[in-house]
Amino acid sequence: MNALLASAPALPLDEAGKYVAGAYIVFVLLLVIYVAIMAAKLQRMERELRELAGFAEQRKAEPAVPEREEVSA
Amino acid sequence: MYGKGLRPLSIASVVAIATALSLVFFYAPLDGDQGFIQKIFYLHVPLAITALVGFVIGGVFAVLHLRSGDRRWDAYSYVSIHMSVIFGVAVLVTGSIWAKASWGHWWVWDEPTLVSFLIVFLMYATYYPFRYAIEDPERQARYASVFAITAGAFVPLNFMAVRMAQSLVHPRVFATTNGGLPGSMMFTFLVCLAAVALLWVTLVKFELTAKSTSGQIKRLRRALDAPAPGSSSRIAPEVS
Repeated sequence: MNALLASAPALPLDEAGKYVAGAYIVFVLLLVIYVAIMAAKLQRMERELRELAGFAEQRKAEPAVPEREEVSA
Repeated sequence: MYGKGLRPLSIASVVAIATALSLVFFYAPLDGDQGFIQKIFYLHVPLAITALVGFVIGGVFAVLHLRSGDRRWDAYSYVSIHMSVIFGVAVLVTGSIWAKASWGHWWVWDEPTLVSFLIVFLMYATYYPFRYAIEDPERQARYASVFAITAGAFVPLNFMAVRMAQSLVHPRVFATTNGGLPGSMMFTFLVCLAAVALLWVTLVKFELTAKSTSGQIKRLRRALDAPAPGSSSRIAPEVS
C-alpha cells in the first residue's frame, strides 16, 4: 500500500481538490440515498410478508365451519 | 426470477468501481490543461453517456412493449428511465461542480452541451407525472411507452445537434498539453465507463427485483384475500 501511495502522483488537495472531492462525494451520496430508499422498501416488504404469513397461519388454524344442511319443510 | 445473478453482478460492480477509482487517483496522469479538476470527468462523462444510453434503452424496451403487449417490457422501460434520471441528477451536479471550478460559474446558459442535457433531463422528469396522471394501467403503460419512444428518439438527435454546434467553451475530449488522449487516460476512462455502466445494469436489476417481489406480495395478498395496507406506490408498474 505504501509503495502504491509513493508511486501515485501527489494529489493537489488545494482549491481544485475540494471540487473533485465534492463531485465524488455527491456521487457516493446519491448511491447511499438510493440504497437507503431501497432498504426502506425492503423493510416494508418484509413486514408485509410477515403479516401475510401470520394471516395464512391464522386461516389454517381456524376450524372449518361445517355447512348447514337445508331442511325442506 | 429477476434476482438471479444479482449477487455476482453487485460484487462485480463494487470491484469495477473500486478499480476505476484507484485508476483515476493513482494511475491516470494529471491533465496538462485542466490539472486535477479534470479528474471529475472520469465520473461525469461516463455518467452522462450511461444516462443517455439508458434513456435510449428505455425507448427500445417501450418499442418491445408496444409490439408484444407484454407488460414486463413496460416495467423494463420504466426502470431504465428511472435509473437514467437518477444518473442524470449526478451528471448535472458533477458537471456544475466542474463548471464552478473551471469557469467560475455553476451554470452557463450559452453552452449547448449543458443546456441540451438539461432539456433532455427535464423532458424525462415529466415522465413521472405523465405516467401518474393516467389511472388505467393498460393505457398508462401504452402512453408511457409512446413517450419513452419519442423521447428516446430525441436523445441521439439532440446529441448530434450538439456535436454539430461549435462551442469553444465545453471540452470535447480529454486533452493534454500536446493534445489528444494518451493511452493511460483512455484506459482509465474506459474502465470508468465500464464500471458506471455495470452499476447502472446492477441497479436496474435491483429495482426490477424489488418491483417483482412487491408484485408477488400483492398477488399473495389478493390470493389470501387479506386487506391491503394501501402504502404501495401506484406510479410504478407492477412486475410479476
